[in-house]
This record gives sequence, C-alpha cells and structure tokens, in this order.
Amino acid sequence: MIEARDLVKSYGDVRALDGLGFAVAPGTIFGLLGPNGAGKSTTVKVLTTLTRPDGGSATVAGHDVLHDPGKVRRAIGVVAQRSGVDRDLTGRENVKLQGHLQGMRGAELDRRVDELMEQLGLAEAARRVARTYSGGMQRRLDIAMGLVHRPRVLFLDEPTTGLDPDVRAAMWHEIGRLRSDEGLTILLTTHYMEEADRLASQLAIIDRGRVVAEGSPAELKASLRGDAVHVELEGGEANGNVHTALDGVPGLHEVLIEGRAVHARVEDGARAVPAVLAALDAHRVPVATVTVARPSLDDVYLRYAGRSFAQAEN
Amino acid sequence: MTAISDTWALTIRDLLRLWRQPWFIGIVLVQPVIWLLLFGELFKRVVDIPGFTGGDYKQYLVPGVLVMTTFFSSGWNGMSTIEDLERGVTDRLLVTPARRWSLIVGRLGQNAVQALVQSIVIVAMALAIGVSFDGGVLGVVALVVVALLLGTAFAALSNALALVARREESLIGAVSFLQLPLTFLSTAFMQEQLIPSWVGTVADYNPVNWAVVAGREAVEASPDWGTVAGYSGLLVVFALLCTMLATRAFRAYQAQV
Repeated sequence: MIEARDLVKSYGDVRALDGLGFAVAPGTIFGLLGPNGAGKSTTVKVLTTLTRPDGGSATVAGHDVLHDPGKVRRAIGVVAQRSGVDRDLTGRENVKLQGHLQGMRGAELDRRVDELMEQLGLAEAARRVARTYSGGMQRRLDIAMGLVHRPRVLFLDEPTTGLDPDVRAAMWHEIGRLRSDEGLTILLTTHYMEEADRLASQLAIIDRGRVVAEGSPAELKASLRGDAVHVELEGGEANGNVHTALDGVPGLHEVLIEGRAVHARVEDGARAVPAVLAALDAHRVPVATVTVARPSLDDVYLRYAGRSFAQAEN
Repeated sequence: MTAISDTWALTIRDLLRLWRQPWFIGIVLVQPVIWLLLFGELFKRVVDIPGFTGGDYKQYLVPGVLVMTTFFSSGWNGMSTIEDLERGVTDRLLVTPARRWSLIVGRLGQNAVQALVQSIVIVAMALAIGVSFDGGVLGVVALVVVALLLGTAFAALSNALALVARREESLIGAVSFLQLPLTFLSTAFMQEQLIPSWVGTVADYNPVNWAVVAGREAVEASPDWGTVAGYSGLLVVFALLCTMLATRAFRAYQAQV
C-alpha cells in the first residue's frame, strides 16, 4: 500500500533522508520509530506529497507521489505532527471544509461530519470555535479531518506527542479501532517505544535518515540474544577501567558506554549480575544501580542505531 | 467547477474568521471614515493654491481615499497566510486535492468582499458630507471596480511575500515600507499640475496612481471612458500577474518544508 525506495532529502547541509526505504502491507499499522530528527516527519512529508525528495521514489495506494500527486492526495488522510486546526472556525466547520476540498458535497458531507464528530467524542463541542478546545480535542479534530473523505491510507505523524497519558491511551484505542473496524492502512511515526510496541504490527527503526532495522516488534526483540543489563555508575564519567573490567566477564557482549550509563547484553541476566558487580568492584569502579530486563524496543534501538534512544534525542 | 467551488468555500472560511473578530471589523469600517474626514479637513486649503482646479477639496479627495483605503487594507492580506503557515493549516490544505490557485484566489475573494464593504462606507460617508458623484451610479461602480482590482493585485503580492518570507516581521516591514510612498507618489491628494514633474513621471508607472486616475475620471460628469478602460486593463494584467506569482510562491514554500 505504501512503498518507499531510496529516499534522499537534504535541507542545506543536513541530510534528513539518506536512502530510506520500506514497504507497508494493506490493512496494517506500520510504525516508523526513531528519535527526534531521525527523518520521520520528512518521510511523511514526502509520502504525502507536501515536499519532493531529492532522490528515490515512492508510491502510495498505487500512485506515484512524484508523478501523480493529485491521486495520492485523494487516497490519503494526513494528521501532521503539527496540528492543522483552524482555531477561528468551529470543529464542525473545520471538518466540513476539509471534506469539501476532498470533493464531498451536500447531505453526504453533513452526515459524514456528524458521524465523525460523534465517533471522536466531539459532538458536544462541534459548534464551538476550535480555539476553546483542549490539546487532546484538537488532536481528535485533526484525526476527524484526516478521515472525512474515507481515505485508504492514513498518515499519523506523532499523533500523541504532548498529550496527557490518559488522553494518549484513548488515542491508542481509537487508532487500533480504525485499523480493525475500517481496514485502514496506517503509517504511524512515533518516538515512544511503548506506542510503537502497542500499535504497530510492523516496524522500521530509523536513525539519521536510514532504516536500521525492520520487522514486527516481537521479531525485533527476539533478534536480540538474552537480557539487557544496564549499569549506572556512581560519580563521574566512566573511564577505561570499565571496559577492562567488563571484558573479563564471560558471556557479556555488545558493551556500550554513554557517560555514566553502561549498556550490555548477556544470555542470562540474573546470573551475570554478581559477576558484573564483582568485576567492576575489582577495578574500583563505584556502581549506583544495576538493572536487568527482557529485551525492549529501547534495546533494539540501542543494538541497531549504536546509541541509546535517550542519547539520540539530545 | 470543483476548483471554483473550492475557492468559494475558502473565501467563506476567511470571511467567517474575519466576522469573528469584531474589533477588526470595527477598524476596517472606521479607518476609511477617519482618512476621509481627517484629510478633508487637514488639506482643506489646498484648493487655494494657484493652479488647483475645482472648488471643493473633499470632492477631489474621495476617489483618492477610496483607492488608498483598499490599497492599504489589501497589503495586509498575507497576514492570514502567515498565520496559516504557523498553525499548520497551509500544510494541511496543500495535501488536499485543492488547486494551488484556489488557495490564493479564495483569500483574494475575502479581500475583495472586505474592500467592497469599505468602499460602500466611504461612498456613503462622502454623500453624507456633501460630496456629489457627477458620473452617477455607473461612475461610482467603476471607481469601486478599479479600487478592487488594485486591492486584488496587492493582496496577491502580499500573499506571495508571506509564502516566501514566512515571517510576520518581514511582511509588516515590506508592506509598511511600500504603502505611504506608493500612495504619495500619485495624484491621490494633489492634482497632477501641482506635483513635481519627477513625481508625475514615477506616478505613470505606479499602479496606485493608475487606479486613482481611472477612478477619479470615472466619477466625473462626462468621463473619458477610454482613459478608464486603459488603466483598468493595466490593472487587470497587473492583478493577474501578481496572482500567478502568489500561486507560484507555493512551490518556493514547498521546496523548504
């Protein structure tokens, strides 16, 4: 339903997309996961015809985004990262204008607008100016505008960023429903691991404008051997001692040091902890905390992007 | 057909937004009245200057004020576009099948309605203070039409600038920079035989002056319609060029997002 091949796009010296490509099957939620600045929004802008790539090609719903942007625009709904609500219009007027520009008219349009306002819990506020809406309501209004013409493909660019946790949970429920009840193909971008894990059936992890790993959340996690061990050091930055110490621990691999944080992987986490602590102690490296966890998408990101998610965000 | 319907829907949208800002409507309506009364009083004695023809300055002033008012308020039309850019509305509209020119012309439609209402206020005010329109209704209609053509051109230019500069400060700077010089490099307030010759030369190339001359001619007792048509033609071409430029400006914007 969506196919992107070798997309390249630069803004001045910054290479936002650097040979990015992936394919999305119909009726699925595909997640683009990556830190801020990884190229997620640029990918969405290219696929939704807002901007042209410098290189590469893409088709959406069977239409080429470069040669047939008009047909792509009819087939897609877009909820951009930045809200596109006109705050001086009522919720209803916003959705109705959007439907009109998508070629809908008259009673059919009115029915569809009412239906969406009801479905997204905006019926009561429908005739109020959008300026009075809360952040969550504006976001739902964005979704209503994206859905008004019954698109085949929906783009959701960071749909829950900046929302309260309970509003976010409600949004997740709604997004899941859109896929299951309406058979929409959804491209979701997010920098929340949990969101990607929860919603997407397929994921592409992107970093610095490239796809670094692709698969279902379960596959990606299974591709990591064993458990993740995270050590927080006490005091200053880690020094050479840490590497020397950990090299001596059997079974420990993929050791990565970022400031005071040390990440590593090991077959059996629980059994390795005493050995790790003993080794660090022997090299006089003070330890603040040690945690062991089953692989999470955070670890997947760490493994494939070569740096932790938190680090990449900075 | 779809494109025209889209354009109209966008015009309605902009009119609704305007309608919901009562203070703005107040300014739009009061400002022309102030120009008319203030300039009428301030420059009352201009008629005493040797060489000035006609006995009543208000009579001379009305077409100038009407054109100036339309010109001034149209220059700010791009502010809505900047607001749309900042609010993500432009990006949303650009990924619908709506034509680019619809997005511009829809906004120009709102500008024209606004300018039309202002013109009606000025004409009513002028009648109230004793100005007579010797050319009758037809003359007044022609005056308003040339003012709207000029307004459309500068509103389009304002939108083009908004899409390229994308910053409120830049637009405010550019518009303020142009407004007064273009107004005073014309015969809006002073008859042609009384202004320095170099100003007259510049005025020949100034679209504001085209509208002032054509509008003033149209409300004369026996207008030279050839003059009116000639300048109107120039204004139509100018307005079309500016509209095309504004439509093209979306490309410049989309290359940057």
